[in-house]
Amino acid sequence: MDVRLLDIAHARSGDKGDTANVGVIALKPEWYPILAKYLTLDRVRDHFRGVITGGVERYELPNLKALNFLLHGALDGGGTLSLKTDAQGKVFSTAMLRLVLDVPDDEAKAVGLPGAKHWPAYTRSPKE
Amino acid sequence: MTTSSKDQAIVRVASGQGFWGDWLEAPRRQVEGGDVDYLMLDYLAEVTMSILQKQKERDPNMGYARDFVGAIESVLPAVAKRGVRVIANAGGVNPPACAAAIKAVAAKHNVSGDVRIGVITGDDLLPRIDELIAAGHALANMDTGEPLSTVRDRVLSANAYIGSVPIVEALKQNANIVITGRSTDTALTMAPLRYEFGWAADDWDHLAAGIIAGHIIECGAQCSGGNCLYDWQNVPDLANVGYPIVEAKADGTFVIVKHPNTGGRISIPSVSEQLVYEMGDPHSYITPDVVADFTSIHLADDGENRVRVFGIKGRPATDKLKVSIAYKAGFKAVGTLVYSWPDALPKAQLADRVLRERLKNLGLAFDAIVTEFVGVSATHGPLAGEAHDPPEVQLRFGVRGQDRAAVERFTRELAPLVLNGPPSVTGFAGGRPKVEEIVAYWPALIDKKVVQTKVEVI
Repeated sequence: MDVRLLDIAHARSGDKGDTANVGVIALKPEWYPILAKYLTLDRVRDHFRGVITGGVERYELPNLKALNFLLHGALDGGGTLSLKTDAQGKVFSTAMLRLVLDVPDDEAKAVGLPGAKHWPAYTRSPKE
Repeated sequence: MTTSSKDQAIVRVASGQGFWGDWLEAPRRQVEGGDVDYLMLDYLAEVTMSILQKQKERDPNMGYARDFVGAIESVLPAVAKRGVRVIANAGGVNPPACAAAIKAVAAKHNVSGDVRIGVITGDDLLPRIDELIAAGHALANMDTGEPLSTVRDRVLSANAYIGSVPIVEALKQNANIVITGRSTDTALTMAPLRYEFGWAADDWDHLAAGIIAGHIIECGAQCSGGNCLYDWQNVPDLANVGYPIVEAKADGTFVIVKHPNTGGRISIPSVSEQLVYEMGDPHSYITPDVVADFTSIHLADDGENRVRVFGIKGRPATDKLKVSIAYKAGFKAVGTLVYSWPDALPKAQLADRVLRERLKNLGLAFDAIVTEFVGVSATHGPLAGEAHDPPEVQLRFGVRGQDRAAVERFTRELAPLVLNGPPSVTGFAGGRPKVEEIVAYWPALIDKKVVQTKVEVI
């Protein structure tokens, strides 16, 4: 089943130099294992291809039902150097939430995940 | 402290400013809305120090966060008569000048005898840079590894991030307004807890708890409903948002609260969002006092607009301090034009191509040219997908380079497009873009023992 991250998580992002961090937090505690299992380093790296120039790091915070991602080379040099509107990475959080996870039906149903039968064209499907 | 038994005593630290430019009303609301023991005001972002350094070069009595003077004026009765103590990193690159300005305000209101200002200096390494480099401190860039010598002649400011020790000392000396320079944001909250509860220098878990309390409230309302994505439609009364307060106990547990009859919302989701803000490796949040472990934090609902925080673990501090260095890194300018429906995006794209060709024909060299189409892809890039003929698109065009004249010339190339480029263009009333000198950030480490802080109470 396709599950939009927007429907199962909230997020906040910030910056350190040219790196944006995105913390992704499960909307319900019982959904955290889905994030931990399916929101992988590879999945996030694919999602941000063409958006960032560097690598991705991933950390788990089961205590906060959250994952933290560091997106390197995200901010055109960052801080005062950057020419970007989002020089401080403030809305990488919502860019992350466009991601769509492919979760097996039985696992999704077991924790009551909201499925997205169809989602707006502006999200990137895992099948692309 | 508001109760007598030390174990059960609660110390309240209120956040009244999350950055220089934050809500002017917040400090006064924090001291008037209910009981608080300390008011914590955070003014410094990464590049603020360099701006202040430039101001100090122009006028030796400047170089601190001027907003702080107004903030103190707005809370002066609480400080002078009710025992609320203020801790702020408003001193910037000139804490003594900041203290003098506060003295003057106290005198103006006839409360000089009730105000004792703790002034903390020693974080400013700018006068010592050559001596430090000569002594073998490379001050290498933490991101690139380059030694500072490569940009030495362009350095504008250099300040070590200092921790809780000098603030605790100032409180011991009975200061009721403590002014620091480049203190860490989190130390401003941890120091009064350490002072009140007598936490030892190696009491890692408690020091880490104080640091995490500081992290939660250092951005003001960003943990109490501001910029909160979770259920944002239903966050009540943001116009009247309550800034956060830490209610801490000696055992290192604390509750995040706000004053009654204020707006916003404190909840596990709102606090969680702030906890992950600007997070690196959550196992190691490194500060001058302690290394805090964010994977040890536990949150629990403690009633309406109350979140209890407990279980926090810390490890010994490192023998380094982070140094915030600012240096001149060239020039930049950013300009915008707005194109309207129909075909707003293709029009803006054509304007971009025309502009790039003209800059090339002029032989101008830049380190970077960045084009964004605001309303289509500026913040999410290709993730935003295709736009469906929006009513308007803003072309946002920026250049960066070492040659000021080239950047200056670019600023003259935007307006002509209004008459000699693609049609249906507006939004140029702001005039030519301004050339800005870039002051870039150079993070480095230095041996802790090199930095000696000094505390003076005046």
